[in-house]
Amino acid sequence: MASPLEQFTVKTWGAPLEIAGYDVSFTNSAAAMVATFIVIALFVTMGMRKRALVPGRWQTSVEMCYEFIAKMLGDAAGPEGRKYFPFVFSLFMFVLAANLIGMVPWIHAFTFTSHIAVTFAMAFFVFIGVTIIGFMTHGLKFFGFFVPEGAPWYLLLILVPIEIISYLSRPISLSVRLFANMVAGHTMLKVFGGFVVSLGALGGIFAASAFLPFAFIVALTGLELLVACLQAYVFAMLTCLYLNDALHMH
Amino acid sequence: MADDDKKSEEMKANLDDLNIRVSAAREANEPKKARGLNEATTYGIATRLVAELVAGLLVGVLFGWYLDQLFDTKPWLMIIMVMLGAAAGIVNVMRAAKQLVPKRPDDEDDEKR
Repeated sequence: MASPLEQFTVKTWGAPLEIAGYDVSFTNSAAAMVATFIVIALFVTMGMRKRALVPGRWQTSVEMCYEFIAKMLGDAAGPEGRKYFPFVFSLFMFVLAANLIGMVPWIHAFTFTSHIAVTFAMAFFVFIGVTIIGFMTHGLKFFGFFVPEGAPWYLLLILVPIEIISYLSRPISLSVRLFANMVAGHTMLKVFGGFVVSLGALGGIFAASAFLPFAFIVALTGLELLVACLQAYVFAMLTCLYLNDALHMH
Repeated sequence: MADDDKKSEEMKANLDDLNIRVSAAREANEPKKARGLNEATTYGIATRLVAELVAGLLVGVLFGWYLDQLFDTKPWLMIIMVMLGAAAGIVNVMRAAKQLVPKRPDDEDDEKR
């Protein structure tokens, strides 16, 4: 029986490539990212091709995604945050499509959001970008973000390090949440899938009882679809909140 | 004239009837929809708070370990940083929880934190 974690192995596709000592081979992870990109590009461009005043179903779903993110960004970061809409929208669509494509049970199934390297790279990019935006809007006053107002100086000795650690923990919490959710869900699906196969192989009354883990998988798949959308939403939502902190400082 | 009045009255009755039916249909649909959304956001809130708590501690551990290596002060900086990290994690959770609660007008001093 294959290990339930086997689905997360990164495999090289085609010839291994190396640039300046770094392995840059095309992997199943990279293939999943390309697939995600193509799906999003087709979904948005083909959906908006007609630009009908009265939208059809496809165009409506594209517009719903747009309005959902636009509203979230407006609520969280105010009108100043609007110019970062393209970034937040891309981020949301990328994570959402990646999670949903990962749910499709095909032969090369690979969910790249289940890798901390990928989620941390995205979260770290958000973190660096938001910090730069903070310093660009407020200059050196942005350091005031780490100094709580109205605290006596001897408490600042403890509070400032806490604030700094709290700020630095943002990319970690952002990436770990997405990664842990995807890994946990997919592992659980695989484990119960394993139960179905091994019970079925035993035959007789055991094979009949394989129905129970199978029913559980069906329920779990529904839950995982929800988690896939929810985590994409949370990722984008927190990006908006961090943007708000950088733009307005509390 | 009387004919027109009758017509508009009939239309009004029709509209009223439609209104009642629409609101009944809405009511029938609403609890189900709201429950689904609530459960989704509850799960989102739970994962969010847990990640915030763990992340603070993790950053504390990583920094403490790194600084101990740097200054050769094992294990003192680690101990201090773990405590600060735990505190930062709790601060994170408190802040995240505060954002989730809708603001009330009598929460003035909360805003200054």
